Amino acid sequence: MDPVILSEVQEALDRFKDKEVYVHLETTNGAYASHNNESFFSSGAYIRNAKLSYERAKITGEGPYRAGLKIPFGWVYAEGITHFEIDDKGRLLLAGHDFNGKLAVALEISETPFE
Amino acid sequence: MEKERHVLVIFPHPDDEAFGVSGTIASHVNMGTPVTYACLTLGEMGRNMGNPPFANRETLPAIRKKELKDAARALGINDLRMLGFRDKTVEFEDEDKLTNLMSSLITELNPSLVISFYPGYSVHPDHEATGAAVVRAVEKIAAADRPKLQLVAFSRNCVEELGQPDIVHDISAVADIKLDAIKAHRSQTELMLEEMADKLKEKDPQTLAWINNERFWTYKFS
Repeated sequence: MDPVILSEVQEALDRFKDKEVYVHLETTNGAYASHNNESFFSSGAYIRNAKLSYERAKITGEGPYRAGLKIPFGWVYAEGITHFEIDDKGRLLLAGHDFNGKLAVALEISETPFE
Repeated sequence: MEKERHVLVIFPHPDDEAFGVSGTIASHVNMGTPVTYACLTLGEMGRNMGNPPFANRETLPAIRKKELKDAARALGINDLRMLGFRDKTVEFEDEDKLTNLMSSLITELNPSLVISFYPGYSVHPDHEATGAAVVRAVEKIAAADRPKLQLVAFSRNCVEELGQPDIVHDISAVADIKLDAIKAHRSQTELMLEEMADKLKEKDPQTLAWINNERFWTYKFS
């Protein structure tokens, strides 16, 4: 993955506009967060292969970035995005890595289901 | 370490075997004992992507699969089973299905020793669900026919509630092999090994003890 280049990510987001896409959205601070630091409240969520279409999408901020997809009855939102990749299957992979390189957030968009 | 007929190791994530029990595995392999490692998931949801990151959420499963095979090779495990569950979801699977899966492994392999996590004392929900399924499967076997069940615990309260581990293996004779197994899980351990490198060089007693002593609690059936 490479550090976010706003124009390239925005272009990719626009390419999926009004198409039926599969979305992976995830946030995590790790299963060991509370074990390593008892005062830390561990939380996380992911949804894999949510099928949806969006009418507009934008990535913004000064880095780490925020991304929002406007869907018919709501929104998909992620913050803390630092890296992106358009992989060999044409999928847009957005991720936020923390200061140690660990994944903290991911938002991925594909025209075919993720494995 | 006693010579076993067959050792069956059951953990949910690639690298679970490396930290706590790889010295024990290598020691059994050195004695000529067949070792089977059944690994439930590919750790698909891991947060570590290498440092600097060389994996992403979608490439991680294939990378960890290769790392798992490399680690098994380093340890001399010639029977590696990848059971096809998904990271973080083991606890949501049907409990009977999990129990039956463990029972079928035990029936097929007839191990004299089973190693897994101690349910209630192993921190990660996948560890808990895996250990609990293994305990249920062994419990179903008539007491006289049961394999030994030696479990790994590392929650903060484990010693307080379980007492001291009844088995501590000094694996310093195979510590190099253990480090090779840990290193094989590069995406997950690169960062940790970097932090540990200086301590290893200085022969920091705490770090050496962490590597050289593998602790197990024999499961007490009620």
